[in-house]
Amino acid sequence: MSTTIAPEAPATHKEVQHIPSATVRFAGDSGDGMQLTGEQFTRTSALLGNDVSTFPDFPAEIRAPRGTLAGVSGFQVHFSSTDIYTPGDALDALVVMNPAALKTNLTDLRKGGVLIANIDNFEKKDNEMAGYEANPLDSEVLEHTYQLFKVPMTKIVREALKDTGMGVKEIDRCKNFFALGLVYWLYGRDMEPTARFLQEKFATKPEIVDANMKALKAGWNYGETTDAFASSYQIDKAKLPPGKYKNIMGNVALAYGLMTAAKLSGKELFLGSYPITPASDILHELSKFKNYGVRTFQAEDEIAAICSAIGAAYGGHMAITTSSGPGIALKGEAIGLALMLELPLLVINIQRGGPSTGLPTKTEQADLFQAICGRNGESPVPVIACRSPADCFDVAQEAWRIASRFMTPVMLLSDGYIANGSEPWLIPDVNKLPKIEIKHPGPIENGDKFLPYKRDELLARPWALPGTKGLMHRIGGLEKQDITGNVNYEPANHQHMVNTRAKKVENVALEIPLQEVEGPASGELLVLSWGGTFGACKTAVGACLNQGLSVAHCHLRWLNPYPRNLEKILRSYKKVLIPELNMGQLRTFIRAKYLIDAQGLNKVQGKPFAVQEVVNAIRQQLGLGSNGQPAREGTGAALAALAAAGESAG
Amino acid sequence: MSTTAPAPLTAADFGSDQDVRWCPGCGDYSILAQMKKVMPQLGISRENIVFVSGSGCSSRFPYYMNTYGMHSIHGRAPAIATGLKSVRPDLQVWVITGDGDGLSIGGNHFLHCIRRNVDLRVIMFNNRIYGLTKGQYSPTSPLGKVTKSTPFGAIDNPLNPLSVAIGCEATFVARSIDVNIKHLGEVLKRAAEHKGTAFVEIYQNCNIFNDGAWDYATDKATKADTVIELENGKPLIFGKNKDKGIRLNGTEPEIVELGKGITADDLLFHNEKSPEPTLAYLLSRMRHPEFPEPIGVFRDVDAPKYDVELNRQIESARAKKGEGDLNALFNSGETWTVA
Ligand code: SF4
Repeated sequence: MSTTIAPEAPATHKEVQHIPSATVRFAGDSGDGMQLTGEQFTRTSALLGNDVSTFPDFPAEIRAPRGTLAGVSGFQVHFSSTDIYTPGDALDALVVMNPAALKTNLTDLRKGGVLIANIDNFEKKDNEMAGYEANPLDSEVLEHTYQLFKVPMTKIVREALKDTGMGVKEIDRCKNFFALGLVYWLYGRDMEPTARFLQEKFATKPEIVDANMKALKAGWNYGETTDAFASSYQIDKAKLPPGKYKNIMGNVALAYGLMTAAKLSGKELFLGSYPITPASDILHELSKFKNYGVRTFQAEDEIAAICSAIGAAYGGHMAITTSSGPGIALKGEAIGLALMLELPLLVINIQRGGPSTGLPTKTEQADLFQAICGRNGESPVPVIACRSPADCFDVAQEAWRIASRFMTPVMLLSDGYIANGSEPWLIPDVNKLPKIEIKHPGPIENGDKFLPYKRDELLARPWALPGTKGLMHRIGGLEKQDITGNVNYEPANHQHMVNTRAKKVENVALEIPLQEVEGPASGELLVLSWGGTFGACKTAVGACLNQGLSVAHCHLRWLNPYPRNLEKILRSYKKVLIPELNMGQLRTFIRAKYLIDAQGLNKVQGKPFAVQEVVNAIRQQLGLGSNGQPAREGTGAALAALAAAGESAG
Repeated sequence: MSTTAPAPLTAADFGSDQDVRWCPGCGDYSILAQMKKVMPQLGISRENIVFVSGSGCSSRFPYYMNTYGMHSIHGRAPAIATGLKSVRPDLQVWVITGDGDGLSIGGNHFLHCIRRNVDLRVIMFNNRIYGLTKGQYSPTSPLGKVTKSTPFGAIDNPLNPLSVAIGCEATFVARSIDVNIKHLGEVLKRAAEHKGTAFVEIYQNCNIFNDGAWDYATDKATKADTVIELENGKPLIFGKNKDKGIRLNGTEPEIVELGKGITADDLLFHNEKSPEPTLAYLLSRMRHPEFPEPIGVFRDVDAPKYDVELNRQIESARAKKGEGDLNALFNSGETWTVA
């Protein structure tokens, strides 16, 4: 059932300031429910009509030791009355449930920002656990640098819920809803969507609904009634293109896009997968949709996962396999098999920090080399990348269109930041989306020989399905003769086949749109980006254009092959800057292919770019000084003082 | 449209136009011949049969069959076949593997394919050696085996393919011998008729790198004493004069001579339908030279098959919820409208 609502904020009697946008982060122990709190805030803001962009950030451990720095879990949401493309740089408000959360998150709070702390969790041992010798909230510098609100959340919630008959432990679990209620008040959000969520989720446990609602309201009332908070903020609806919207996470959008691609091509979907962070949610999501003909197979390992998909592709299904970098490494040989067999297959990599097990829950885009080169032999595959959560829906269809048209595996790259982030998605009408045409050769009844490697004008071979009379044929990983597909080791044949497979992938450029550029068509600097850095680069270039700088933005969807007009674009600017969350992988390819002296902005810290970082790099390329400072520098004095006052040595 | 019924297919109709490239004298030839002979008896048309293999000498097999086929990568055939069978239950899918392909690099897929009981026929050509890579020891090479990679003798204990399969609760397990052509044909036919994973180990002679590995089981002079043919419901009797049998002593098998007060009724009776794999496992542990080695069908029972269950879930979801409607899905949950 669809619920379309446009809730109004509850009335406050205090002063309201109108602001265009804000960024809030909830941070606490991984057991404090910060992800749920952030998700609730996001949903409510989206339903209020704001544009939203989120950045959940959680530890690799399911439950790291309580109160430790390693166990801090955070959820950041940027909500706005204008279009936004990133979860925000500096925080306008930060909620910290304990000292560890304060310590790991304070650097991101802007000077003068709102800092709400649950003082009940700043006892001596809590502070020591986070490495503070004294209570950091007592620091005068902190008080002067930010709008600090010390709120006894635990006490208030215990008081508010004392008549519920619940135990202290259970009561304390509701304090995240108190924090949520308080931030709802601060930004004029309605509590109704969360009330509805609780009623749906705990339909059979009214006492839990009741307790959480009490905590939520206590938070809201705390803002409204205590003298501490003088005013709240109002952020108007964003002017998004008209239509019906839904807030969507990247992995869900990807799953929906894959199901849509199957539907549009008249195929049923088969997923072969093995659990791995941050890709498992696609498996979870797709395994729900049996009545859509979606078959999911949780294989015994990564290799079996892709091999089962190859078997399903041979059988005529839309076959996909999902993983992250370490799993893609294991699949390498089988990707080579799929490209040798020339069967359509989507290999989906939700990238995370590497190498090896690396940073499972943190984002990075350092698997581009692997995607393009990570197989033995001359083994080209088309590579496509998503740029944002909602974009995953479109990219899934585009990837399948190319895989099925060219009979090739396609590598689809997303990353942890896109996968777990969310944004409003303009819900499409599936009936109006372009169909994906797939042809299979019909039976041969007259005894003629079927030629499995006879190619069409784009060099794609036919997709002959087992069960079709007269088309019996054998395919395999050994080098084969063109046209017949028979095993063939002749020198000239191998050269011909390597050339043909390369040319086929190059031909993909004939079937993908020309590259577009935002900003002037020529000038001083082009910012070239791909994947999840889209939002930061677009926002940064937009800001620089507003300042009259000669800069443009070009965001690649296809990484192999490149759009036909890319070289012309690259040569229309004096300089090219390529920001990447790796040490310069796209830059290496661009420099090698076009002999262009592209410069990099590179970072591998498990975090997305801040817009300001990209702005600074642009200004530097243009020979200008930086015009803004990351939050850290603006609050340097406070941090230094805190460090001096609090941190234990070592 | 033709009005005359098509002529029944022959073994030759199942041969492809490719030259067979195994070494002259290789046991694989005999297996290929028996497979081609069995195929027309199954009543399944060629386009509905798929052979999937991994890598190694045996894995060339699909190229020589005029059916659909895939020669894939080392060890992965069971996984590929699982995906294929999951989406195309209408096809009869065979996996052709070897002792190295199936038990070493592909060991994991072998286990999981069997425990899922995917409706596949897995035929393992066991020659106790790596042939295609020119003679290294394999996971079924005996202890002490001297090969190119074990010049001082193999020091790792070999796997017993049937014990592994039965340990995974395979629903169909059988063994035959490349040169025992009538028996081999019958076993392949039984495997073809089974629903679920049918595992067949075939003793196959690699006359180039491990010639004579199975001589004890094929030598006319000795085989009556070294091999025991399993028959369902019958006592385990062997020997040139059918005068020896296998009796259970507690939980251990022992060889006894018939006569002198011991009759066939005292012997162990084979029951391939036994719901527990215990008997089949016990039989798989009877190895040369202590015991005659059983050939034939060890186990043939019925159990849920992965591919069938997967497709049943799809059908029952559709019956219960109706065919999925993407527009309805996308518009469900919380949405808002921008005018
Ligand atoms: S190497 Fe051995 S197994 Fe391989 S084809 Fe030759 S004889 Fe047969």
